[in-house]
Amino acid sequence: MAVTRAYIMRKHSQHALRHADYLLFGLVAVFTVFLLLSIFLFLFLTGIQAFTEISVSQFFTTLRWDPTAMSGPKYGILSQLAGTLSISVLSLLIAVPAGLSIAICLSEMLSPRLREILKPTIEMIASIPSVVLGLVGLLYVAPLIARVFHISNGLNAVTASLLIAIAVLPTIASICEDALSCVPDRLRDASFALGATRWTTIKRVVIPTARSGILAGIMLGFGRAIGETMIVLMVAGNSLAFPKSLLDPVRPITANIAIEIKEVTLGSIHWDALFAVGCVLFLLTFIINFAADFVIHAKDPL
Amino acid sequence: MKKILLFATAFVMVACSSNGVVSDQNTSSSVANNDNQSLVIKGSDTEVQLVSNLAEAFGIKNPGSDISVTGGGSATGIASLLNEEIDLANSSRAVSQEEKETAAKKGLTLHEFILAKDGLSVIVHPSNKLASFTLQQLSDIYSGTVKNWKDLGGKDAPIVLYGRQSTSGTYKFFRDTVVKKDYASDMRNMEGSQAIVDAVKTDVNGIGYVGVGYIKDETEKPRTDIAIIPVQTADGTPVSPLDEAAVKSGKYPIARDIYQYFSASPKQNALLTSFLVYEASPEGQEIIKKAGFYTLSQQAADANTALLSAQ
Repeated sequence: MAVTRAYIMRKHSQHALRHADYLLFGLVAVFTVFLLLSIFLFLFLTGIQAFTEISVSQFFTTLRWDPTAMSGPKYGILSQLAGTLSISVLSLLIAVPAGLSIAICLSEMLSPRLREILKPTIEMIASIPSVVLGLVGLLYVAPLIARVFHISNGLNAVTASLLIAIAVLPTIASICEDALSCVPDRLRDASFALGATRWTTIKRVVIPTARSGILAGIMLGFGRAIGETMIVLMVAGNSLAFPKSLLDPVRPITANIAIEIKEVTLGSIHWDALFAVGCVLFLLTFIINFAADFVIHAKDPL
Repeated sequence: MKKILLFATAFVMVACSSNGVVSDQNTSSSVANNDNQSLVIKGSDTEVQLVSNLAEAFGIKNPGSDISVTGGGSATGIASLLNEEIDLANSSRAVSQEEKETAAKKGLTLHEFILAKDGLSVIVHPSNKLASFTLQQLSDIYSGTVKNWKDLGGKDAPIVLYGRQSTSGTYKFFRDTVVKKDYASDMRNMEGSQAIVDAVKTDVNGIGYVGVGYIKDETEKPRTDIAIIPVQTADGTPVSPLDEAAVKSGKYPIARDIYQYFSASPKQNALLTSFLVYEASPEGQEIIKKAGFYTLSQQAADANTALLSAQ
């Protein structure tokens, strides 16, 4: 009797909880979408006002950004865009092979016990605040880069990319590892049964199967790299010139906004222009995410 | 589950950061309006160390007073003053016409207090053996017309330019009085004066400009890890920013006053008045000298006295 009553009560509370759950998660989900939309609207509506005084062609096709120049304000986004793209692409070129190797090593080669120790350790890197990475870069990496490349100063795109690669490495490694571990063992067993070596199995079976997860990891890493502000502010050199080589100092979009937002008065054309630049940054990540999503779903093997 | 966690984390982070901003604004505005026992000072990076020293000494004599001093650049300070977030703005340049107009539009009157005299100093790596610069040479260097040290009689190496960011008063002062053109776009825009000193001391091809307070060490002696290059006057005499008499008389070509601005009548904020009086006192002047800057000319000191007595 007592058992039955307890059972019924548990059933009831579970049922009630489920309703509350749906409501809560539903609200959170709606709120998140609302948040995203309102941020985008705010960015877009403020940014678009910049074009009442700045011509679209000047904004998108000229190199020089100098709103406080003596010879009149200049609002060309290309140098900053080059800075952002060169740093994020270069950092991914470093972090993706490294992160993927770590993921393969963790998922396919090491014993589960070793993996349990190593994976959290790698994820710990993600908890290093970027200002600390920036400081390390300023004090050790930049002088090292200067010595290696025989230049007088190491504050440039290469140094920034190296440090950002460190920052995004755990994201990429951890998500890729999750994706690889999710590949069912029966696929591996089938591959081995056909006489494939371990390497062939990884290359031809495991990685293609886990492709969408791997791509998701890379995209998250890319998002972090493109939005990283503190590291670039500290070590990228922050010059306004269009970079002629990777060893030139650059000022990515994020660093430029962080530097200039402090001096602008609310509502001025400079203020709007910074939002327009922010909008471009947002669109950039949005398009890349969208494209990746498209690629994943277009040829999903599962 | 992972996705939910991810969203939750992102949401918490957004919530935290926006809270931080809101509470920050609240405290600063309440400080500016109600609480007379605290003073919020912000602005020039050139002045930040000096004013911190002054605030610290003032705090020892006036326990219970709460003064906060932060940097960020002169334009940052003035923008915050115009947004009525702070009580006193440090500025290493005079306010611009545009800023005056914004103030007038907001119904604020800006009062100018002259803090000290600064000899803006041009620094290079100690291995650089140049004897002096003319103003024209400095203009050519910083506008990018001259790109190699050999054109100035030095070694054959590219010149690496270090300057401040556009929020800096020193950036604008140096551009308007020395370069008189736009800066070369490959100038590295450093976060602060100390960052310029740190960069120039390790860069054999570097050149930078900082306030005179940054070229002296703790013992008030000129630093030896950077070279301070004299600047020539119109008749060709090289003058060093370390020459106090020359900076004070204005013979040093890039000597300047550094300022503090406030908009409220000091009567509304008793602490502001007593702090400014303290800065102008012999004790305050002693701290200014210790920080490496120079004390005011008689004329500037008189202007300060008139300002403080008029309130």
